[in-house]
Amino acid sequence: MAELLSLEEAVGRLVHDGDTVALEGFTHLIPVAAGQEIIRQGRRGLTLVRMTPDIVYDQLIGAGCASKLVFSWGGNPGVGSLHRFRDAVQHDWPVPLEIEEHSHAGMANRYVAGASGLPFAVLRGYTGTDLPAQTETIRPITCPFTGERLTAVPALNPDVTIVHAQRADRSGNVQMWGITGVQKEAVLAAKRSIVTVEEIVDELEPRPGAVVLPAWVVSAVAEVPGGAKPSYAAGYYERDNSAYQAWDEIGRDREEFTKWLNELKGVKA
Amino acid sequence: MSTDYTADEMMSIAAARALGDGMSCFVGIGLPSKAANLARRAHAPNLTLIYESGCLGAKPSHLPLSIGDGELADTADAVVSVPEVFNYWLQPGRIDVGFLGAAQLDKFGNINTTVIGSDYHDPKVRLPGAGGAPEIAASCGEVFIVLRQSPRAFVEKVDFVTSFGHGTGKGDREKLGLPGKGPTLVVTDLGLMRPDPETAELTLTELHPGVELDQAVKATGWTLKVADDLKVTPAPTEQELTVLRELEKA
Repeated sequence: MAELLSLEEAVGRLVHDGDTVALEGFTHLIPVAAGQEIIRQGRRGLTLVRMTPDIVYDQLIGAGCASKLVFSWGGNPGVGSLHRFRDAVQHDWPVPLEIEEHSHAGMANRYVAGASGLPFAVLRGYTGTDLPAQTETIRPITCPFTGERLTAVPALNPDVTIVHAQRADRSGNVQMWGITGVQKEAVLAAKRSIVTVEEIVDELEPRPGAVVLPAWVVSAVAEVPGGAKPSYAAGYYERDNSAYQAWDEIGRDREEFTKWLNELKGVKA
Repeated sequence: MSTDYTADEMMSIAAARALGDGMSCFVGIGLPSKAANLARRAHAPNLTLIYESGCLGAKPSHLPLSIGDGELADTADAVVSVPEVFNYWLQPGRIDVGFLGAAQLDKFGNINTTVIGSDYHDPKVRLPGAGGAPEIAASCGEVFIVLRQSPRAFVEKVDFVTSFGHGTGKGDREKLGLPGKGPTLVVTDLGLMRPDPETAELTLTELHPGVELDQAVKATGWTLKVADDLKVTPAPTEQELTVLRELEKA
């Protein structure tokens, strides 16, 4: 049953050093505030899982929280590269980063398998590409009915998944709408989960097309207004495209990034 | 009529023209998104735009910066989950065209967006990676690619095959059982390339107005084959330029 906690408490209790942690949100509803709380609490050795490690993972990687990244597209959407991610892969800075690389279709299906309680998923994917040669978690499989050669990918079952949503009620039932990506699957696949929300309301008004995560599949709900910024929360605020562009400058330079990091952690220069 | 336009504008317009009315198009971000939105505004009002964020039939009024901007969801016919967009919509071959960009492209239309350099574990440049592209390239009816032409981008052989084009030549897709036709058109700032019907090697079939053949040859990292009946792309019309500029401004 979901507990209503502060973000600090939720991360403190549920995210441990060495955990496999997924922060999901496909451009929309990215749990940025939760990512930054993980940095503040100084977690180390995390295996970070995310389809699109954008600036929130660039920050976690640059802060040295991660030892491994499982992903399918690591860029700053519409802007360019993630420089902290690149620096970690190309120069081991600040710590070496092992990578496990997939395609979006592969990652999405890995979450589906995880949410379904199955050991793996099957897709028609990766054929002819160089990815299977680099990624052990991509294997060929033969359909037992037709003999077709397909691809199997193992389930993803994070220790903890963190997502951001628009609302929760006081019992911890969560409601999100708009682009909801792979969040439902990522939460259901995880052993524990934290949902940050724009607001906690007395009653969730039903909304057509909304994804509802019942309180009994969520470990903790934390009210964090603006918790997805600079990404967006439909109905609350728009995507701050200029912040994504500005991150390019900060992330590009180790010194600039370190300044940013110290500010986040409240360290005096 | 105004003939004042940039090479990038010519590229976007030439790419947009390839999309016919009534088609469905899986849209990559950046140049493909610009071209697809231009097509929908200029000549193909019934073009269905599909974004990997789960937006089916998006009709944005301005160019989205990311593939998941709120505008895409707000204007879509339907917003579905990411597993659904790949499993139900892309994988069974429901989508006519996949529109992709690339960091490196080779003469058989194979795309690299993963690493520059021969060692995956110690790359010269780490690129963003695959995203939706491998399955888009495999499963769409055909694939259009748009990118600026330079010897660094147009290479004899890509350092890493992120998305499969025609492999090492004609017949490779069939051998692997890939359902779609693969890349049928490459649009650059200098001209158009299409796979040779016999060999599948990308061949220059059109030059944009004012571009010399030598420029296109020099901007290609392999010995570029040129079609016997090399044509010149029609220059952008005033209407196309107006729509494009409005789109970029909005």
